[in-house]
Amino acid sequence: MLSKRIIICLDVREGKTTKGVGFKGNIDIGDPVTMAREYYEQGVDELVFYDITASSDKRDIIIDVVENVAKNIFIPFSVGGGIRTLDDMYKVLNAGAEKISVNTAAVLNPGLISEGAKIFGNQCIVLGMDAKRVEKTGNIPSGYEVWINGGRTPMDMDALDWAKKAQDLGAGEICLNSIDADGTNEGYELTLTSLITNAVSIPVIASGGAGNSEHLRDVFVEAGADAALIASMVHYGRYTVSRIKAYLAERNIPVREII
Amino acid sequence: MISIIDYKAGNLTSVGRALKHLGVPCVITSDPRIIMSSERVIFPGVGAAGKAMEVIKSQGLDKVIHEVIAQKIPFLGICLGAQIILDKSEEDNAACLGIIPGVARKFPDAGIKIPHMGWNDISIERSHPIFKDINPKAQFYFVHSYYPEPGNHENIIATTHYGITFASVIGRGNVIATQFHLEKSGRNGLRILKNFSEWNGEL
Repeated sequence: MLSKRIIICLDVREGKTTKGVGFKGNIDIGDPVTMAREYYEQGVDELVFYDITASSDKRDIIIDVVENVAKNIFIPFSVGGGIRTLDDMYKVLNAGAEKISVNTAAVLNPGLISEGAKIFGNQCIVLGMDAKRVEKTGNIPSGYEVWINGGRTPMDMDALDWAKKAQDLGAGEICLNSIDADGTNEGYELTLTSLITNAVSIPVIASGGAGNSEHLRDVFVEAGADAALIASMVHYGRYTVSRIKAYLAERNIPVREII
Repeated sequence: MISIIDYKAGNLTSVGRALKHLGVPCVITSDPRIIMSSERVIFPGVGAAGKAMEVIKSQGLDKVIHEVIAQKIPFLGICLGAQIILDKSEEDNAACLGIIPGVARKFPDAGIKIPHMGWNDISIERSHPIFKDINPKAQFYFVHSYYPEPGNHENIIATTHYGITFASVIGRGNVIATQFHLEKSGRNGLRILKNFSEWNGEL
């Protein structure tokens, strides 16, 4: 049976894994290649590297990270953040990534999805989407609005419509991040997740809010997610991948056993 | 030396990296002389069948591949490489290489998500040297919308269930092919690659 995937997200800034800590900004928590290798050994199913490097002259650092990860781990991984052109996509894939995640750039230029899918294949193109609960309006009938620029800019655009459109354009997967749940550790946004999983036929990765293993159970069983993204749960050693998988397996959720 | 056939497919470098990690010498090439003189040949693939067959034919690689099979050189197809060794594919309605009788079919619209993406089981139907030391519960990484359907039952080496039960490993003589990505399937995928690098092509 197809397993539910557990995906670990590493935010990378100038070559270091980093984590936002309230008003203090970001602190570095480790070397992404070492951390990737550790999670690979623990049995994570997939990894996501999100490049949050602010200055454009340091952008190429992520390529070194991707190359070093690709030499050391042999599971799929994707790269997002700052990918705006087909050339950016090519560089990341050529360095060894399996997939590319596009978010802001795809909202501003939807053709990036279709062109990327045509050249590299649908399975390579992941739509990253940040959605926030709002009052239903004519432009936002689902009550979930798309935000860009890392959740800073509202677009007056409906999240459900955008998910369907991205699928039609050729996205192979959607990584759905709830701005409301993100960072709360109180669980995924189940209403939003099931709204999107029921409306598209491509796999959906739920993101934002995971604080314990039960939250993953909920998003798989109650919201129908195909994969769940986690970060701080494992980055601070509170959980290991094997512990989360054991919890899910006991509850008859199909997960890949580490053998 | 293993030759990885270069026909501009997506995952050539990933397969090369995995072999390098295993300490198995390999070269990515489309040169018929290098391919014919290598000990083993890997035929990877990501992308669409029609486009892949176009490139293969325009470079004369179809003839080279048939010659590799005839010379009993151990041959491993991966992903798209497991589909275009069949007679044809429903993708782009492409005529394929006809090394194993059969057709690559699209997954039926049966309430399953397409592509079939993620880690899934295999159930081994016929023992094969590439499965040496593989735990029967091991899962492998799949990404595909079409699946191999060999015409003869004896060419089905392992099956996988996703909406339907399909052939996830097919083979015939010195040819073996996996629908899943060995280079992205963790230590079990690497183990099969290692087993292939030690296989003499005999059953």
